[in-house]
Amino acid sequence: MAIKTLQKVMEAKVAEGEKAFVAYIMAGDGGLDSLREQILFLQDSGVTAIELGIPFTDPVADGPVIQEAGLRALEAGANLRNILKTISTFKEEIHTPLVVMTYLNPIIAYGIQNFIKACKQSGISGLIIPDLPLEESTIITSELQGTDIALVQLVSLTSPQQRIEKIAKTAEGFIYAVTVNGTTGVRQEFTEQLEQHLANLKIASKVPVLAGFGISNAQQVKEIGAMADGVIVGSAIVQAFHDGNNKQITELLRKQPV
Amino acid sequence: MVKAIEQEQTGRYGKFGGQYVPETLMTALIELEDAYKEAQQDPAFYEELNYYLKDYVGRENPLYFAGRLTKKLGGAKIYLKREDLNHTGAHKINNALGQALLAMRMGKKKIVAETGAGQHGVATATVCALFDLECIIFMGKEDVRRQALNVFRMELLGAKVVSVDQGAGTLKDAVNEALRYWVANVEDTHYILGSALGPHPFPQIVSDFQRIIGLETRKQIVEKEGRLPDAIVACIGGGSNAIGMFHPFVEDEDVKLYGVEAAGSGLDTGLHAAAIADQKEGVLHGAYMYVLQDDNGFIQEAHSISAGLDYPAVGPEHCHLHDIGRVKYEAVTDQEALEGLQLLSRTEGIIPALESSHAIFYAANLAKEMNKDDILVICLSGRGDKDVQTVRDALGGNNNGN
Repeated sequence: MAIKTLQKVMEAKVAEGEKAFVAYIMAGDGGLDSLREQILFLQDSGVTAIELGIPFTDPVADGPVIQEAGLRALEAGANLRNILKTISTFKEEIHTPLVVMTYLNPIIAYGIQNFIKACKQSGISGLIIPDLPLEESTIITSELQGTDIALVQLVSLTSPQQRIEKIAKTAEGFIYAVTVNGTTGVRQEFTEQLEQHLANLKIASKVPVLAGFGISNAQQVKEIGAMADGVIVGSAIVQAFHDGNNKQITELLRKQPV
Repeated sequence: MVKAIEQEQTGRYGKFGGQYVPETLMTALIELEDAYKEAQQDPAFYEELNYYLKDYVGRENPLYFAGRLTKKLGGAKIYLKREDLNHTGAHKINNALGQALLAMRMGKKKIVAETGAGQHGVATATVCALFDLECIIFMGKEDVRRQALNVFRMELLGAKVVSVDQGAGTLKDAVNEALRYWVANVEDTHYILGSALGPHPFPQIVSDFQRIIGLETRKQIVEKEGRLPDAIVACIGGGSNAIGMFHPFVEDEDVKLYGVEAAGSGLDTGLHAAAIADQKEGVLHGAYMYVLQDDNGFIQEAHSISAGLDYPAVGPEHCHLHDIGRVKYEAVTDQEALEGLQLLSRTEGIIPALESSHAIFYAANLAKEMNKDDILVICLSGRGDKDVQTVRDALGGNNNGN
């Protein structure tokens, strides 16, 4: 099986001795019109990949900041279909891998095959589906065979070693290591077990391991980044875009450890 | 009284069910499944459960022949399964008790639960008081308003009640918050899900603990009539009282089964909670089910006068029973449920819960079309005390029951 683009990009970053930085945005927050501007801004800022959050009415894995951004995006009329369509209108300008983060139900409503087709047309490199654990993942992976789209698996602090190994075996793109028990959003501190957990995970995984959930400032980017192959930052970026404080995003990126 | 039953291992009911949850919860679900399997093999577990069901809940409760109602309608003989007579006033205690005992087997001392009408919240707060477990209940803001008395009841029992602002502030939003809380506290907390919903193994566990309703009914009707009933009617929100009632009769093909969804303001108004009638499949709260949603897969708010039926999906086993045609699913509007409530209050001196009133209205029409020697059982899932204010608001001063 050919290695997919998303994974190659992450592996290249690791090979250079650098840390990957994935920036999450809520697509449609600020209106679909701002999507191009946000994506190109992040691309110019040098992020490794961009996670494109799709708004949903019942985002059980998300904390307050992303929930509110999701509601704004819903009010602005954003949905899986029109977000992918909007992306397709400027995909030639995008050279940074895009990873779609959506709950499962909008995909089912779209139709899985139609969804994958639209992803291909928009140049999507990966999918993150927070309510699709390994046990249920074949409905998507069966449709991804032969495509350049990777299904990114999540591993949590509660996943036992045996399960981690099972997930790692099927992993492609990168592994999304959830750093807290809880929803997305700002955290003051992380558990002491995190370092050991991430170390174990890196041993088990043949693909890069990126840490996410709760990483919201430059200090945390540095500290958690040092334990993994990179970080995913969501709520802090979503909030910064909402506040029109793009400088804050540049700051987060500049301070990443080399 | 309750016996373990064999169930499929995959957590699927036909194409419905499954485990669509964040990875953080998977270990807890596997642990729950293992603990439940172990409990099913342990006679001491059922001995303890049955002890509390009898001496604490007050089981078995009666299968009551509703003579005046039968006479008034002039059709089938109507029996009421009196879940309303349970301690805490509804069938919800059967499941709360079973799951609390399971939580203790797993060494978990903290409980989280969601509630709509408040009946499951009260039942959960009750068993937590009984077993000295820490209890936090999530309840939609709108439900907190319309079920204020139940909120106070839970607080009296020592539970912490958290009002949920998101969405329309009803049961769906309460489940979202309860799930988020569970994800954050999964290591020492058990989630007592209140209906036959959610990721596997919850639908199976809830169904098994509610199955006592049907088992007792089966025994009682044979004692009274010497045979099984011709029809059974139960209301459906998530579907826990109905699945508990139906389950022991599913293989008796001569017993017709009817599940009654909430049609709210009417199916054609879009303001209802009848997910089976709406026929859109999807994933919500961990399971593949019929779910009220728009073309983008966004979940729609359910609408019903009854807080307990105000949920935009129906448990996976019901979805399957619908697909194979074993159970007939119908829908009854708010207005019709209010008629059912008044009918039973006046003919039998029993004020039913608004949820159960949906079943009563449907059953009343059904009974009229049946023969006099036919037997019809209604699952009277709860009592109406909690709804008196809502009913008064709905009926108004000019039409106070007349």
